[in-house]
Amino acid sequence: MKSIEELKAIKAKVQAELNTRDAVGDADTRIVVGMATCGIAAGARPVLNAFLEEVKNRHLSGVKVTQTGCLGMCRLEPMVEVYVPGKDKVTYIKITPDAVKKIIAEHIVNGNVVSEYVIRNNN
Amino acid sequence: MIRNHVLICGGTGCTSGKSRNIYERFNTLIAENNLTGEVQSVMTGCFGLCALGPVVVVYPEGAFYSQVKEADVDEIVSEHIIKGRIVKRLLYQETVKEGEDGVSSLSETSFYKKQMRLALRNCGVINPENIEEYIAYDGYAALAKALTEMTPQQVVDTLKASGLRGRGGAGFPTGNKWQFAKDVPGDTKYVCCNADEGDPGAFMDRSVLEGDPHAVLEAMAIAGYAIGSDQGYIYVRAEYPIAVARLEVAIKQAKEYGLLGDNIFGTGFNFDVEIRLGAGAFVCGEETALMTSIEGNRGEPRPRPPFPAVKGLFAKPTILNNVETYANVPQIILKGSEWFSAIGTEKSKGTKVFALGGKIQNTGLVEVPMGTTLRTIIEDIGGGIPNGKKFKSAQTGGPSGGCIPASLIDIAIDYESLLAIGSMMGSGGLIVMDEDSCMVDIAKFFLEFTVEESCGKCTPCRIGTKRLLELLEKVTNGSATLATLEEMERLCYYIKDNSLCGLGQTAPNPVLSTLKYFKDEYLAHVTEKRCPAGVCKKLISFKINEKCVGCTLCARKCPVSAINGKVKEKHMIDKEKCIKCGVCAENCKFKAIDRV
Ligand SMILES: Cc1cc2nc3c(=O)[nH]c(=O)nc-3n(C[C@H](O)[C@H](O)[C@H](O)COP(=O)(O)O)c2cc1C
Ligand code: SF4
Repeated sequence: MKSIEELKAIKAKVQAELNTRDAVGDADTRIVVGMATCGIAAGARPVLNAFLEEVKNRHLSGVKVTQTGCLGMCRLEPMVEVYVPGKDKVTYIKITPDAVKKIIAEHIVNGNVVSEYVIRNNN
Repeated sequence: MIRNHVLICGGTGCTSGKSRNIYERFNTLIAENNLTGEVQSVMTGCFGLCALGPVVVVYPEGAFYSQVKEADVDEIVSEHIIKGRIVKRLLYQETVKEGEDGVSSLSETSFYKKQMRLALRNCGVINPENIEEYIAYDGYAALAKALTEMTPQQVVDTLKASGLRGRGGAGFPTGNKWQFAKDVPGDTKYVCCNADEGDPGAFMDRSVLEGDPHAVLEAMAIAGYAIGSDQGYIYVRAEYPIAVARLEVAIKQAKEYGLLGDNIFGTGFNFDVEIRLGAGAFVCGEETALMTSIEGNRGEPRPRPPFPAVKGLFAKPTILNNVETYANVPQIILKGSEWFSAIGTEKSKGTKVFALGGKIQNTGLVEVPMGTTLRTIIEDIGGGIPNGKKFKSAQTGGPSGGCIPASLIDIAIDYESLLAIGSMMGSGGLIVMDEDSCMVDIAKFFLEFTVEESCGKCTPCRIGTKRLLELLEKVTNGSATLATLEEMERLCYYIKDNSLCGLGQTAPNPVLSTLKYFKDEYLAHVTEKRCPAGVCKKLISFKINEKCVGCTLCARKCPVSAINGKVKEKHMIDKEKCIKCGVCAENCKFKAIDRV
């Protein structure tokens, strides 16, 4: 190790990878992907990975991507729930990796719910 | 991109519970399910809750699975990892949220709530065999700071101001020790680490080395910079194979990354560390004996002065610190002395790690701020005494320490308070005893240990401890008189005052402290020829009472056929034949056999 910059570079790189190793806390924004059989069949896994990738690339701290079981409406999968502390839960349906980019950019970063994917009463 | 981290405890306790097989099963299933790159399994250091091992934690949910078996891994993978459904039946009971899917936070459980993990901060968090994970958690940043922003004197001053004291037993202020060695002129100096950990029941240092070996290496390098040394030695017992293996990996990686070796951070500072294996003699934990042993000689203490800071290893100025002492150093350098000195009591700063063992629900590794009461450790963190028994005493300080009676359970634990009641902090063994323990027997146990471990160099210790043990044996076999107790006490002080090294000087402590707090038990042995706890075999006998219905079970169970009697008639025990094993009393369904 010839310089402190080298040490800092390693730290930054590994820290991003280890972000998922802290338990989710109350102050965190949570993105929960439904990963039951129905969700996986509908393509939840690439969605989950896309979220993780986006969170890492944008260095979003305090944003945790986790998974859960069946969210109950299998025909609307892949489904995603977003919990921002102090706000109501938002449920998104039929999410694709492209939709992920939008949700991160508009909802998580700017605080605007992406209405085109939000679940509606008549779905 | 990793979405789930699976942390499997690789401490010695969980390893003996086959956690490596669990780890390998996870790896197999991760590969089979094409999850490589998405799910990462990691062997970590000790989580502390050894009683419930093997432990597996899955992040980011933070699900804490306890007593996991290899066969459970399939379910964790298929349910939790693949489908996101936490496997409730394997969760540590206190983290189960009733009627909800999530888990409650581990830091809110009674075992962890009152703990503060500084020395153990990375244990159970990082992969100890991956230097990059240590770096991600601020590793080697303290060394960088010391080398580039601080003078050696500033490093020493920071430690002095922090109030850090040695965790190996005596509690000597670490900054002062470094100052002495720094002030002695000389080109060649040494930095040594004491990882001998000889107290029976202690495993704090082992856990730090297994869970966070780089913290010790980093601290030693900082010490080297502070006192002007370029060579370190870690003296670790060969009975710690996992710790030794992880240290070897850590040293190798640190050299590869240029964090040990020449010209660290381009500052011109060089530092190297080598491991020396000890053969497990208790006396080799004593500082002068340890250095003699590193030099390749028989590990015997030598008189001080000269102190090691002046003339230590290979007759050069040397500092020796304990593993846990070192584990605190990087954080003190990074966060400053005020941060550290705000934790703990007036004279004892920071935290202390204890290996909690004996008659306690949660055996394991705990770290608490100095000044935490014994009651908090035993009742809250330790979960109390199993089987509804009563707490009788806690032993701290191992063979050099003493027994704290139940009446002092509210004592705030720090160096001074323990010394004041005739015990000592020691390295951190904490053995809990319930009403079934005989305190004379406990004193005898520790004295047998010191008799065995005395190096024999000086007479008061070599012969004195042997004589003391013989006197104790008289007490436990019923041949002692009141004069024996007086003689014992006199001999204790004689050994303390005249032995060469700490082993002999402290060896009588278990006897003195039990004589002080449990005198009535000694008196019962001596005057009534009775062992109140029913432990000392020579003083107990078994007797069949009126409740006997003549079922014959005891007669059939007795290994020496000492019980006679006809079916449906009261039985009798032949005292001549009885070996006092107690099998009859354990098996009787009618409570018809008394231990008197
Ligand atoms: C008989 C005997 C055994 C000892 N065993 C250990 C030990 O296993 N580990 C340890 O760190 N210190 C042990 N010590 C204390 C060391 O001599 C020394 O004080 C200590 O390592 C200094 O480090 P510290 O100031 O960081 O505590 C022992 C002392 C005696 C007298
Ligand atoms: S006190 Fe005991 S262990 Fe220490 S030097 Fe003397 S004989 Fe050896």
